[in-house]
Amino acid sequence: MADGVYTFFKDGLRLDGRRKDELRPLKIEAGVLKRADGSCYLEHGGNKVMAAVYGPREVHPRHLHNVTQAIVRYKYNMASFSVDERKRPGPDRRSIEISKVSREAMESVVLKERFPRTAIDVFVEVLQSDAGTRAAGINAASVAMADAGIPMKGLVTSCAFGKIDGEVVLDLCKEEDNYGEADVPVAMIPRTGDITMIQMDGHLTFDEFKEGMKLAIRGCDQIYELQREALIEKHQNDLKAKE
Amino acid sequence: MSDNDILTEIYRDQMYNLLQRQERGDGRALDEYREISIETGVLERAEGSAIVTIGDSKVAVGIKMQPGEPFPDTPDVGVIITNAELIPLASPTFESGPPGEVAVELARVVDRGVRESKAIDLKKLCLVEGEKVWLIFIDIHMLDHGGNLLDAASLGAIAALLTTKIPNKQYDLAEEDEPLPIVDIPVAVSMIELEGNLLVDPDHIEEAVASTQLTIISNRDGTLSGMQKMGSGPISLELLEKAVELGIRKGQEIREKYLYPLMNEIPRL
Repeated sequence: MADGVYTFFKDGLRLDGRRKDELRPLKIEAGVLKRADGSCYLEHGGNKVMAAVYGPREVHPRHLHNVTQAIVRYKYNMASFSVDERKRPGPDRRSIEISKVSREAMESVVLKERFPRTAIDVFVEVLQSDAGTRAAGINAASVAMADAGIPMKGLVTSCAFGKIDGEVVLDLCKEEDNYGEADVPVAMIPRTGDITMIQMDGHLTFDEFKEGMKLAIRGCDQIYELQREALIEKHQNDLKAKE
Repeated sequence: MSDNDILTEIYRDQMYNLLQRQERGDGRALDEYREISIETGVLERAEGSAIVTIGDSKVAVGIKMQPGEPFPDTPDVGVIITNAELIPLASPTFESGPPGEVAVELARVVDRGVRESKAIDLKKLCLVEGEKVWLIFIDIHMLDHGGNLLDAASLGAIAALLTTKIPNKQYDLAEEDEPLPIVDIPVAVSMIELEGNLLVDPDHIEEAVASTQLTIISNRDGTLSGMQKMGSGPISLELLEKAVELGIRKGQEIREKYLYPLMNEIPRL
């Protein structure tokens, strides 16, 4: 900041005691819902999200179907009680955009050609929000998709980087997001290194952008491990239950 | 497969063949824009307006302003509201009805460019703190969809804002209307990725063929204020960085050639 008052850092650490390249704590659990074909509950910092996947199933309305491949639909929804001031229920412009970019982030890993004329529906419900809900949603959706047994080229993983007090940092928390200088959500396929979503708003130089991408990729790699662990644990439990 | 899908497949083959020689269907270089024209002040009922054409694309942008209530968390700054409609007049593929996800995304990316670059000094648009500020409505109407509507819309928005007069007289707030306090000029540059190549300013056929589209919004000092990847195709980090660099460079060219001439005086950086 211009006046030299560094409000976002204390002794080199952030408000919540994290280093610049440190993620907030994550908790991922696969297969938490009974009726969905695949599901996942995820906590990331103060974010609490639930994801469910249905399909491949019949397409309604019928005219939307594609004879050569499955269609993927993604619905991001924020609960009215997920934010401080009650959010009006239903889709707004923000959630329409998030649904679109999240779907596009996931679509490239799904082997859609295997299931012509069907729909794969992903529903993400944000129960509690704390900056980075779209990333949390994508991480949960990706696990739910694998839990549903949908063939994929890899998991999709997402996290954001941003800028506070002129410093590039990983995974903004709510205060940092509200008063920070930039926010860049990124999604990628850790297995191939390809990027499947990027959005940016705020103010960054090209060098800061490159630095941030490095942080985001490292963050995604860490989350990817947790996603895998959640899926392995779910399947081990399933096996135990059968015995 | 619909007729459109089949056509897209044919175009795809043709484009791949041309790309082997680094060529495009209309003879442009990969980093070359189609012809751009900007007309400002064309719509008299609007406080500011612009009609932008890029190749076959045509977009009309109108700015309306009125005093209104500020948001509770920002009681002393003006409000920007951006809306875009892909009206069926502009393309056989657009349908009537409320804005779909493409229109919503387009409006939000244009809005972010204007907002995050801090192009307008919104503090100067406060009338009575906590009670009354200027609301700026940026309404974007697509007239002809020849591809890359986003750049046309964004260029139209900033061109219209540069020529907007605050309607002080109409609301009895001052003797004279005055120009908007503009401090930066964000420019959006869109491109598609095909076989490891970046093609700037895609026409509607190129857009239909590509599965990855990127928009880079940059400011006068060459910094970034917005970015959006669209489409379901992935992109490598290396190519993404190349795209950002290219976006900043093309943005600077457009700003100098088309937007600086609209200003009486170019504020210092």
